[in-house]
Amino acid sequence: MIAEFGYGIALVSFLVAVYSVVAAVYGATKKSASLVESSRRGMLLTFPLITIAAGSLIYLLVTNHFEVAFVYEVTSRSMPTYLKITAWWGGQAGSLLFWSWLLAAFASAVTIRKWDRDIEFLPWVVMVCSVTLVFFLGMVVFYENPFTRYWLVNGNVEPHMFQPALATIFTPQDGNGLNPLLRHPGMVIHPPMLYLGFVSYVIPYAFAMAALITGRTDDRWIRLTRRWSLWAWLFLSFGLVLGGRWAYDVLGWGGYWGWDPVEIAAFMPWLTGTAFLHSVMIQEKRGMLKHWNMILVILTYALVIFGTFLTRSGVLSSVHAFANSPIGPLFMAFVSATLIASIALVIYRWPQLRGETEMKSMLSREALFLLNNLLFMSVLVICFWGVMFPLVSELFTGQKVTVGPPFYERATAPIFAGLMFLMGVAPLSAWGHSTVKTLGRAMWKSALIALGVTVILFLTYTKNYIALIGFFLIALVILVTAQEFWRGARARQRSQNENFFSALSRLMGRNRRRYGGYIIHISMMLMAIGILGMEAFQTSTQGELAKGDALDISGYSVKYRELASWDDTGKGVNFTRATMDIYKNGIYLGQLHPRIDYYFDSQQNMTIPGNRSTIKDDLYIILVDWQPTTAMGATFKIFVNPLVNWLWVGSLLFLVGIIFAAWPDRDPAEEISRRGITQSANQPSAAD
Amino acid sequence: MKKFLYTFTFIILLGILFTGAALAQDKLPTDDEVNKVAHNLYCPVCQNTPLDVCPTDACKDWREQIRGMLAEGKTEAQIQQYFVDQFGDRVLAAPPLSTKFNLIIYIIPPLIILAGAIILFRSLKEWTTPKAVEAGSGAARDASEASSQKDSYVTRFEEELKKQK
Amino acid sequence: MTEETSNAKHGVPIWTQVVIWIFVVGLLGLVAFGLRRAQNPQAAIGKPVPDFNLVFYEGYEYNGKKEMKLSDLQGKIVVVNIWASWCKPCEQEAPDLQAAWQIYKDGNDVVFVGVDYVDTPAGANEYLTKFNISFPNAPDLKSNISSILNRQMGVPETYIIDRKGILQNIKIGPFSSVDEIKSMIQSVQ
Repeated sequence: MIAEFGYGIALVSFLVAVYSVVAAVYGATKKSASLVESSRRGMLLTFPLITIAAGSLIYLLVTNHFEVAFVYEVTSRSMPTYLKITAWWGGQAGSLLFWSWLLAAFASAVTIRKWDRDIEFLPWVVMVCSVTLVFFLGMVVFYENPFTRYWLVNGNVEPHMFQPALATIFTPQDGNGLNPLLRHPGMVIHPPMLYLGFVSYVIPYAFAMAALITGRTDDRWIRLTRRWSLWAWLFLSFGLVLGGRWAYDVLGWGGYWGWDPVEIAAFMPWLTGTAFLHSVMIQEKRGMLKHWNMILVILTYALVIFGTFLTRSGVLSSVHAFANSPIGPLFMAFVSATLIASIALVIYRWPQLRGETEMKSMLSREALFLLNNLLFMSVLVICFWGVMFPLVSELFTGQKVTVGPPFYERATAPIFAGLMFLMGVAPLSAWGHSTVKTLGRAMWKSALIALGVTVILFLTYTKNYIALIGFFLIALVILVTAQEFWRGARARQRSQNENFFSALSRLMGRNRRRYGGYIIHISMMLMAIGILGMEAFQTSTQGELAKGDALDISGYSVKYRELASWDDTGKGVNFTRATMDIYKNGIYLGQLHPRIDYYFDSQQNMTIPGNRSTIKDDLYIILVDWQPTTAMGATFKIFVNPLVNWLWVGSLLFLVGIIFAAWPDRDPAEEISRRGITQSANQPSAAD
Repeated sequence: MKKFLYTFTFIILLGILFTGAALAQDKLPTDDEVNKVAHNLYCPVCQNTPLDVCPTDACKDWREQIRGMLAEGKTEAQIQQYFVDQFGDRVLAAPPLSTKFNLIIYIIPPLIILAGAIILFRSLKEWTTPKAVEAGSGAARDASEASSQKDSYVTRFEEELKKQK
Repeated sequence: MTEETSNAKHGVPIWTQVVIWIFVVGLLGLVAFGLRRAQNPQAAIGKPVPDFNLVFYEGYEYNGKKEMKLSDLQGKIVVVNIWASWCKPCEQEAPDLQAAWQIYKDGNDVVFVGVDYVDTPAGANEYLTKFNISFPNAPDLKSNISSILNRQMGVPETYIIDRKGILQNIKIGPFSSVDEIKSMIQSVQ
């Protein structure tokens, strides 16, 4: 009953979305305001509809309706209720519905606002959002239906949506259970975060397309979507960091990022999104780069669709998985169609998009931002090619190959170093013009101190020259950025006669994006410390220990005390947990408990490390093996991960920075319209 | 648990098998020595997982095999070659250059990046040479003026800073 | 990648447009081509199976040969079983396969070939000894054979090739009985 109802509602929302597309296009071409309004209402209607469909699915998940194939695949009786709810995005069919739901929510949020000044955009924004929605809902309704149930047909169990002739419903006793890896709290919020980021990027794309189609190619679309792209970037970044943390906590290989195709699929839209965040400022400030910003938004959208597909299907790990699912070709067709249409539009509007192309100096901030874009695009090219190459290789030579971390690390490390250097220089350069002389004058103190720090590190900490270059750049960026805060606050302090801290807070409050951006730069550097620590100084050892024996690594001594194994039938898990005594230089520090959880329902293991985290390093112990009969010997792998905590500290600061930058002080659109009318009254003034 | 029991009996069996070799060699290679080799090899059945951290039973077998080969005195290069012969190029961390076709993975990204750099620098050069303001850029000018209002504070501020020095 | 700046009034120069479209269409074409090829596997039911090489494990041979090609078996029905020692379902069917081979081996009309998918020699040896497998077995060197036969789900999988070298049947997952194996072979005869 509920399954049919949910499916019916999903089908209705699909039809409504189709109607919105048709009404929007027809209304816009016939200039019929009522049709456009009708398409807008249709768009708004999809959200409650999909919410009801999703509600039905969640109801089925929570109430153990195992006759529904999706429920059977992702839940089991032993799972707690909150995990049954989050199982919604734990499988292909459900996550497509989840995507649709988010998109409907965002599109509604956009279309619900007042449109008076931008009414010509409305039908096209509705059209682009609805087309995307039609695509995703179409997959849910026709190909990956989460409401399909099992039926007993002539003694065979078959999945069907509707009752086949003479069939009775088949209800398995218990479900398969969610993949244990997906039961970690990090994984509960990581996919929704990524999806939020992915879906938010549809909105800037929709506005960009609307601008292209209507020919209104000033930077209005950018102003309207500025906050969207910031939030989108926030979610995407946060999703990536959470993914890293999850990998570190659960995957038990001592790392947080493995350059896996699935990770890269989520990283690629982040790269174009980050480039867009920078280059869009040039358009706002200087009226340049209109073409390029369009291209970046289009690329981001295409990569988002591509990434959604990759993160779910594992296309690249196996060509077969791609081919055997009907959604592979459909996704391909959709990406191709949108990409070709978008590029054609950009070419068609090319002359109108021409902006001011004047630049006074190759060292001006806009020139440096362009260089930053080039570097981000370079990383993108490397990532894209690295992900695609196994496919290319299998096609042309029939040989499967792996493109693993060493390839990406070697190829991207110099580019990341270049980006760091730019982070150290660009904040000091001015819009329009800068010279080597002015830049040098602004930089030399920071550079000198950074060099001093590097020398000290060379003498006391490491002789690894790559790490030293990294530390130099990190120090440089932090110093230059801190100097920017200081300089600004001092200047304001002097001119406004305020004390330093209120000057600083006013200064930051008045330029949220700029100083939020600087906070993000600093947080990136903290993260870079963690990454550098892992890349350059990680050590590990492994050995089989009898009880009372110890393994020594980097000053730590890890003694195997005991091992316990028990079943928790309520949770459906067998726990095997070791107790280790930790000593450093002979001093007792406490105990750690690496363990392996074996899930009965899905018959899978999860390796949970015992981790002792300090600001200097992490001691990370994995239980590799043990002798089940005697519980005497066990094998442990121990990592010492220097400085890795800085990565998480940096992530938190990153969050602070981006929320600071994106915090809605005033609605920018409203502000502009207000300024349009009562310009003098509302003009922001420095003397405020 | 049955699964584990099974693996362990197997590993113990393997252990017995290798003890012979070990006796001849005096001592078995340590886990660290095995992992050092395994780290640069990728699990042929699971995607993108180095052999030293891969938790599956199959990978445990492969690690034991590496141990055995090390005990026989094989070098890391020999072991790698053996794995390539058995399972193909995908056990290597990056596509090997022994297949000429794989050159393109190293050539294409630099080429594209170079092309991007050339386009960028040509454009920059063109933009930095002063030229008459073209018709049609009026709209853009308006927009940038609108934005400059908002940032009047910033610009003023930067002017101020310049004066300071 | 960045803006083209020449010819303000004329839009994008034709040659640039051509380059862009070639690039985009080429990229999309590449993926589409990959898809097509993946959907039409080299070996499909009703189509001839491309030839491959078998280098048998120590102690195994076929007609006294340590090495042979699939094409050497033209005129016979070939049952190719893909397995691995780390694969639990394979162990279920291994005794049945061996029992079925006992029925067919003297007829000289049906040949069983075991193909060991990514495995260790020690593991393979233990597995073959444990189940007393006597039909010829070879490692799947460089996973060449499994990529030709287009493995779909994992191991075990069994492929039945008729006397003309045409793939007639595929069994994904383990056989549940000797009879199932027999009836599958009979359906080809």
